Amino acid sequence: MLKIDNLVVAYGGIEALKGISMEVEEGKIITLVGANGAGKSTTLRAIMGLVKPVSGAITYKGSNLLAEKTQNMVRNGIALVPEGRRVFPNLTVLENLKIGAFCRNDEKNIKEDLEWVYHLFPRLKERTWQLAGTLSGGEQQMLAVGRALMSRPKLLMMDEPSLGLAPLVVKEIFNIIKEIHKQGVTILLIEQNANAALHIADIGYVMETGRISLKGTGHELLANQEVKEAYLGKKAK
Amino acid sequence: MSFDIFLQHLTNGISLGSLYALIAIGYTMVYGILRLINFAHGDIFMMATYFAFYGVITFGVPWYIVFPIVILLTASLGMTLEVAAYRPLRNAPKISIMISAIGASFLLENLAIVIFGGVNKAFPTPEVFTGVVQLGPVSLQKLTFYIPIITVIFLVALLYLINHTKTGMAMRAVSKDHETAGVMGIDVNKTISITFGIGSALAAIGALMWGLKFPQIYPLMGVMPGLKCFIAAVIGGIGNIKGAVLGGFILGVGEIMLVAFLPSDYTGYRDAFAFILLIVVLLFRPTGIMGEKISEKV
Repeated sequence: MLKIDNLVVAYGGIEALKGISMEVEEGKIITLVGANGAGKSTTLRAIMGLVKPVSGAITYKGSNLLAEKTQNMVRNGIALVPEGRRVFPNLTVLENLKIGAFCRNDEKNIKEDLEWVYHLFPRLKERTWQLAGTLSGGEQQMLAVGRALMSRPKLLMMDEPSLGLAPLVVKEIFNIIKEIHKQGVTILLIEQNANAALHIADIGYVMETGRISLKGTGHELLANQEVKEAYLGKKAK
Repeated sequence: MSFDIFLQHLTNGISLGSLYALIAIGYTMVYGILRLINFAHGDIFMMATYFAFYGVITFGVPWYIVFPIVILLTASLGMTLEVAAYRPLRNAPKISIMISAIGASFLLENLAIVIFGGVNKAFPTPEVFTGVVQLGPVSLQKLTFYIPIITVIFLVALLYLINHTKTGMAMRAVSKDHETAGVMGIDVNKTISITFGIGSALAAIGALMWGLKFPQIYPLMGVMPGLKCFIAAVIGGIGNIKGAVLGGFILGVGEIMLVAFLPSDYTGYRDAFAFILLIVVLLFRPTGIMGEKISEKV
């Protein structure tokens, strides 16, 4: 579905990605784990067209994604849950969700999807008319996920959805990710919480300072000695 | 001074305040979406009066055809200005785009002097807008009475557009976060263009009524109203549309009352009033009356 080939991205001469290649297969949950500064967010930003790569290729369903503008990604079925949630604080919960469906005109289906999002996150329904800026961190994360779902994405990319959230909320978010996946949405998940991410992932990539150092199924990586030591803590199973 | 005379001055003040409000909205909307003070806004206001002058006087077209065209022309001028002077600097430091705005202002003023000439011209005043209406004890120029009504109509339309349409929602989203708005599929450049168009159209409406009220037009006529309306926007809390309206009314009513109630020796300080008010507001409430607290994005 999405293929990244030898991608190099630099910020003012400093290479954040030093030639990474990876593939997101349709219908799978793919995760990209790694420490701060490994280049995980940069990878997503490059896919969305928010940073221009120095070299390399990104293809999506066979077509060159690098030629597309950011604003057209969502029309192609790619939605992003940005790092740090980035909900629009001056818009209500409902407006935030509607803006997720900004490119769509099929009012009836939008309504259905809204109901689905409210079903996934009943808390959002209770807060429909509240300004998003007044929500708690966990609720904002739910809103950011719901907003992305409102575009009816085929590929949902999430940047650190568990960041700064209480363990119970993290668990809830991960359950929702599985639920969304069951509906046929392909998921590319970026996480520092490697343990939780690898448990739900079909395929995992481990990133280190701009390179992909390991690739494997979620369970393989969970069992891998290096991964255990570097990201899971030695005692983790 | 009797109550009737007070009412008389109050209506005059509201009328002037309406004009300030219409122009102040343009400043506040552009600031809201780009964090830019569009110094050329007052000159766009001036351009609108000349468009109307040439349409009605030179080409002899009736005012009711000319005025809507003027509004559209002025909106396009504002949008062109954005594309030419501000868009190329979208990712440049804020100071560059501000200098570009000052340059655009000088350019428009001097272009006007070259093309239209520096001599004052008489703005056409159609008969519909002249004459006097009697409202109880208050007698008003018809125009003074019409201005607030026209203003309110456009304000309601504007607030509806911003709060209840998809375009308005996009404008509010872009004003908070360009990047995320783009991720949502919003065409950020188009949204900014629309914002300039609306702001300039409102300035044109203000300019037409200004021309009818003070029928002398000249290339630098936009400077003082431009400054005052910028002050009105800051007093109300820049970035906030209702704040700009409030600021406009405070400034308009305050100015008229000052002239009316102070001894005539002091009426020359009329323009100074706006600036003194600005200093006072900035000292005690730097974000303006309805301004939000400034929080740095993390």
